[in-house]
Amino acid sequence: MRERYLLRGNEAIAESAIRAGCQCYFAYPITPQGELVEHMAHNMPRLGRTFIQAESEVAAINMVYGAAAAGVRTMTSSSSPGISLKQEGISYLAGANLPAVIVNVVRGGPGLGNIAPSQCDYFQAVKGGGHGDYHMIVLGPSTVPEAGELTMLAFDLADRYRTPVMILADGLLGQMMEPVELPAPIDMASLPAKEWAATGARGREPNIILSFDLSPDNLKKMNLALQAKYAEIRKNEVRYEEAETEDADIVIVAYGSTARIAKTVVRMARAEGIRLGLFRPITLWPYPYEPLRALADRVDTVLTVEMSAGQMWEDVRLAVAERANTPFYGEMGGIVPTPKEILTEVRKHAR
Amino acid sequence: MERSVVIAGFGGQGVILAGKILAQAGMTHGLEVTWLPSYGPEMRGGTANCTVVLSDEPVGSPIVDEPSAVIALNLPSLDKFEPTVAAAGVLIVNQSLIGRAAKRSDIHVYAVPINEIATRVGNPRTVNMVALGAYLKATRVVPLDVVKRVMAEAMRDGGKEKLIAVNEKALDEGYAAIP
Amino acid sequence: MPVDIARMTKVFGRPESLTQARSTYCPGCHHGIITRIIGQTIDELGIAERTIGIAPVGCSVFAYLWYRCDALQAAHGRASAVATGLKRARPDLVVFSYQGDGDFASIGTAESIHAANRGENITVIFVNNQIYGMTGGEMAPTTLVGQHTATTPDGRDPATTGYPIRFSELIAQLDAPVYVTRQALYDTRRIMDCTKAVKKAFQNQVEGRGYSLVEILATCPTNWHMSPIQSNQHVADTVTKVFPLGDLVNRGA
Repeated sequence: MRERYLLRGNEAIAESAIRAGCQCYFAYPITPQGELVEHMAHNMPRLGRTFIQAESEVAAINMVYGAAAAGVRTMTSSSSPGISLKQEGISYLAGANLPAVIVNVVRGGPGLGNIAPSQCDYFQAVKGGGHGDYHMIVLGPSTVPEAGELTMLAFDLADRYRTPVMILADGLLGQMMEPVELPAPIDMASLPAKEWAATGARGREPNIILSFDLSPDNLKKMNLALQAKYAEIRKNEVRYEEAETEDADIVIVAYGSTARIAKTVVRMARAEGIRLGLFRPITLWPYPYEPLRALADRVDTVLTVEMSAGQMWEDVRLAVAERANTPFYGEMGGIVPTPKEILTEVRKHAR
Repeated sequence: MERSVVIAGFGGQGVILAGKILAQAGMTHGLEVTWLPSYGPEMRGGTANCTVVLSDEPVGSPIVDEPSAVIALNLPSLDKFEPTVAAAGVLIVNQSLIGRAAKRSDIHVYAVPINEIATRVGNPRTVNMVALGAYLKATRVVPLDVVKRVMAEAMRDGGKEKLIAVNEKALDEGYAAIP
Repeated sequence: MPVDIARMTKVFGRPESLTQARSTYCPGCHHGIITRIIGQTIDELGIAERTIGIAPVGCSVFAYLWYRCDALQAAHGRASAVATGLKRARPDLVVFSYQGDGDFASIGTAESIHAANRGENITVIFVNNQIYGMTGGEMAPTTLVGQHTATTPDGRDPATTGYPIRFSELIAQLDAPVYVTRQALYDTRRIMDCTKAVKKAFQNQVEGRGYSLVEILATCPTNWHMSPIQSNQHVADTVTKVFPLGDLVNRGA
């Protein structure tokens, strides 16, 4: 067994990014992801890599744009208000087909909100927070080890599809500690060369990286190419987990921190005879509509639990349609629902 | 089996560190663990707490409605967390700072003069280790020597080798304070 | 007597670092001269195969079309941040950003100042024509007091819009930049001076000296509603009074 380290979610993400070969990291400090920035500030220069505390979130994401264009693995991280500022850059990354990893350790909103855990940035992450017809891959880790694993995966997916990938965590996952088996650093030499990158036009025609075409016909073509890429991602990259769903009458749909709390609820409900299961989307975009739809055919109730007013609930209802009841239970303002509170809600829908 | 503890007190009483050491010791001992702090400005001078869950199986919720143990280092913490202790659970009350007795009769209550003990071992700032020692004796969730080893490592990492001996003594004295 | 072309010597031509693409700039606009100066500099330093240009938003949004080198197009105002990321990722490359006054001195204020303050080893060409050309002649941060623009129809009034910002002077206050200069192109002598300045700004980067900024006072005959000749005269007589020419910082040259 590999050595286990007791790490915060923020640290697991940072260390995994380093092991995934992140060469350049740019960020502006914000709670509750300060440990991520600090881990990178401490370690990146020692490895001969780039850490810049940027003057703003806007600058940080544009530094990412520059580093991604040069063909290196690059990342930025922030929390909700900072991620709002990054939306311009994310849209440009998507438009210019540049690979990058963006971490959002979500906190309560809107506005300045607070620094407590929340899942209120779901819409912004999965429906396109910036301008234009684009998506990014959105991964929702539920435990600290998974936050590390999905960070490694995020860099691979970003490179494979030349797209921004977001890790959508939250303050609870960022702050809590859990044992993590860290993966071995990847062999950078094994990665495919990025022929498209701006590395100097030596013995080839210039590479031009842009998200721009004044001709509507050409811009339409650019958009169609993006959509074809998204179709490919939808086909290949849907990830989810089902727990105790085989005989379930009710399933909770939850992602991230809420999903791990729901796992405890499943145990509690089963102990009192309620056949409760859990459906946990891991990719929030692309959303696992089909598997959730198939599950909805077998159960009476699909209960969405979120730390928001019901953002993912919209996708659940899109998937389930009229196949089952689709009640919602949520908390806002940085309040984390406890297992008991969720169980009380489950009981209301039990046979 | 899953066990959980909320360690609560004033910012500066070292509850966050005590929880980290317990979690690290649990992991070293082969358990699954989670450690969840209260975070932000409330930790600077206000009431701080952290929740540690230790289990043979992967931990689901790091948030616990009814912890199997609570360590209350000050009165606000006792007021807040006494009602939450699971039936037949453990409550450790810092008698030095808390003027009232615990109200629950369905749990194991241990009133310990934690500050006095810490002063006696030679460093008033070891209240967190005294409390942790008492908790270990009352619950036997992780062996004392594992916790000592992890504590010593944490002190060395923080460049505080000089404090290892006094903290070991604090753990021992806290441990001994429980019958 | 007919001229024998075969016996002539070529003394002037299109720099090899420029493509054959036709300019989209208006007649009399100085962007074309600046493009040529940069192309010539890249030729002279022999760095075309490792130069990356960063185009801004504005009239020079098409800048990536003119150069025979790799190029990026950046979000409005962010070119200095993009250049930072690129240069840090690949310090062996030569990175220049080409930014207008709205881009560099208004929407990109933070990115511009902080890239300079970090002393990023990049070259910034800052084209100051005191107007927003591409969007239709609106006020720029550098628009002169009293100047009529689409958004200051009665002339720029400092009481409500402030004064033209001398951005290079702000940059010159910082400790890190190695070279900050303001140049113009209204006559041959100024063009020669500006060419030297641009070359120095690239040379500094090649030699690893740090941040160099060349501000160039340029014309916009279309939106100034002047002829090209009147425009040149306007720069010489009026604009240079507000934006004096010359080196502001020249460290260790």
